[in-house]
Amino acid sequence: MSDATMTAARGNPALDLLRRYGIWVIAAAVMIVLPKIFTSGAALTTMCLMGIMIVFSLAYNMLLGQTGMLSFGHAVYYGLGGFLAVHAMNTIAAGKLAIPLPVVPLAGGAMGLVFGFIFGAVSTRRAGTVFAMISLGLGELIASLSLILRGFFGGEEGITANRTKMLTLWGVRFGPQIEVYYLIAAWCFACMIAMYAFTCTPLGRMCNAVRDNPERAEFVGYSTQMVRFITFCISGFFAGVAGGLAAINFELMNAVNISGAQSGVVLLMAYIGGIGHFVGPILGAVLVVLLQVFLSDLTGAWMLYFGLIFITMVMFAPGGMAGLIMLHLPLWRRGTLLQIVPSYAVMLVPALMGLAGLVTLIETAHHQLVKAATDGPAMKLFGIAYNSNSVLPWIVALALMGGGLYLGKLWGPRMADAYSNAAHGQESNKREAGK
Amino acid sequence: MIFSTLNGVLYGMLLFLLASGLTLIFSMMGVLNFAHASFYMLGAYFGFQLSQWLDFWVALFVAPVCVGLVGAAVERWGLRTVHKWGHVPELLFTFGLAFVVEELVQMVWGKLPVDYRVPALLDFHAFELFGTTYPAFRMFMLLISVAIFLVLLMILTRSRIGLIIQAALTHPNMVAMLGHNVPKVFMMVFGFGSGLAGLAGVIAGPALVTQPSMAHVLGPILFVVVVFGGLGSLPGAFIASLLIGLIQTFAIAINYSLGDALSAIGMARPMQGVLSDLWQVTVAQVGPVVPYLMLVLILIFRPTGLMGTREN
Repeated sequence: MSDATMTAARGNPALDLLRRYGIWVIAAAVMIVLPKIFTSGAALTTMCLMGIMIVFSLAYNMLLGQTGMLSFGHAVYYGLGGFLAVHAMNTIAAGKLAIPLPVVPLAGGAMGLVFGFIFGAVSTRRAGTVFAMISLGLGELIASLSLILRGFFGGEEGITANRTKMLTLWGVRFGPQIEVYYLIAAWCFACMIAMYAFTCTPLGRMCNAVRDNPERAEFVGYSTQMVRFITFCISGFFAGVAGGLAAINFELMNAVNISGAQSGVVLLMAYIGGIGHFVGPILGAVLVVLLQVFLSDLTGAWMLYFGLIFITMVMFAPGGMAGLIMLHLPLWRRGTLLQIVPSYAVMLVPALMGLAGLVTLIETAHHQLVKAATDGPAMKLFGIAYNSNSVLPWIVALALMGGGLYLGKLWGPRMADAYSNAAHGQESNKREAGK
Repeated sequence: MIFSTLNGVLYGMLLFLLASGLTLIFSMMGVLNFAHASFYMLGAYFGFQLSQWLDFWVALFVAPVCVGLVGAAVERWGLRTVHKWGHVPELLFTFGLAFVVEELVQMVWGKLPVDYRVPALLDFHAFELFGTTYPAFRMFMLLISVAIFLVLLMILTRSRIGLIIQAALTHPNMVAMLGHNVPKVFMMVFGFGSGLAGLAGVIAGPALVTQPSMAHVLGPILFVVVVFGGLGSLPGAFIASLLIGLIQTFAIAINYSLGDALSAIGMARPMQGVLSDLWQVTVAQVGPVVPYLMLVLILIFRPTGLMGTREN
């Protein structure tokens, strides 16, 4: 993206403007139009959750992707922001504070900022593994405290609020979900722009330097600790905003929102999406929320699929989804993108075979182990009815997996060749082979 | 008091069984293994299943071996692939693995605790003190953990493989230069560490509760032990294990809150405000928080841990 904008800078100014800001206009348009297309209530709540998670995972990636700080406790700032927002909403509803609802996420953000400041001061003195461990310790510390300090955290059942009992601003009461959606979308859009703008600031660039070569950054004259600290605070702020949005959306905050599990989910989202690119966490948040919502309807073993997707990503595509897409950018530039479609189509066969086998295996096992005791062995998968206690489906599943694996190994190199041909051209490929 | 001490030492020794494997793995491979507690859980479940099918005594020997094999397979076909991407993906791989193992365990053995019983042979009271009895199985657990500790000590200080491992702890590259097959050593250490965790699971399963959440309850505590003791330091891990075991056990026994302390010196208890709970909670309730507090404090003031020498 940055390359494209650089080269375009010399051309037509109108075109340049379009290239630079067009993507944001499209993003805004998509956010506005989406609820007109998917009008159902379920779709609306899903999209609200997506908006919240996009903000949260972008804030998280500010640490992991941009500055190279692996945090296992970022839900602390999300959760604390959310809890403060809930308390703020209750205070407003009691008439003690005159703040309209759309500003409440700022309260969450302030909470995230304050605690980012406090905890950041102690944890960002170190980088790498030590930082990761401190964040884990702080995360568990706050998560355990959240069950002890019942006054602020409300114990197991959490704290509820009612968003409709606020000051009304221009007659909007935020009762219906659609109004909340547009509130979340507006905040999400603003946060996206702010966080993208942050990556373009000198500080944002220094973050990358601190990530890639801390020693050199020190020699250039920057305090790596200060860079990490400031980024940590800002990241805490945006996580707090996401928490505040969650508080408005769910009208409830409980111990789960601040637990290690929530920290794990945001890590999964950022990583699956791709931590190396700005759009990565956005893609990840959208995909993970989709998985959470739809996969959990389809199968009882969805958490298992979720974990397997994550492991597969880590093993074979450490760049995440955004990384996979960016791999094809040079092909797009060279105009050779269509060249590799046939070889991808061929690879689709073993991929689908293996996937079908795996799904059959997991579903049959899940049915046999979890559901068969109450519902009997009869089950249905891909429109085929069979018994989970018969041997045949297991053999079929294993055969499909084995076949997929074998064909994949057989044809994999050919696809890799096709890719490098398309990416670097025939000659450079031969030259590399000659080396 | 004696019981608390015994329980504390026992818990500490169990922690050490896990922490020693984790420390070895970390020192050699640089991987903080998030799935280590999952291997402990697998050990407990394998032990349960084998003692159902066969016998507890068979399970005691077979289950750790099975867990060790699973661990070695994970290293061979999982971690080794991820190794080329660097340490963070390795860490994330084990993180995802812990997730998957928990789901698989839930699928196979259900979400409720399984009925993993103390073997009949050890189901009696070892001794009685001030009217309270102490189960023999706990003494057995203590015995096993101490025995393993001694064997580990012997292997590490006296045998050839122990020397290689010790050398690899401090100078991993040099060991590779000397012609040892480092990937193979990695696989063995990973398998061995997982096996130790599995053994801890087999003996802890009947005494504690064998359930799918046992891994992520213990996992963070385990990290506290390893980091507190100093990454890569076995003696440090030993001291930290005992310390945390004792602290956690004793904290449960103390029923005293900050408010009590205030009243004792003649001040009124603050009763209002959202943080008023802070004065009401007793030390027993705060018990679970203490290890994390210790972790954060030691990392701030002495990032290498008690006896560690390496930072990363």
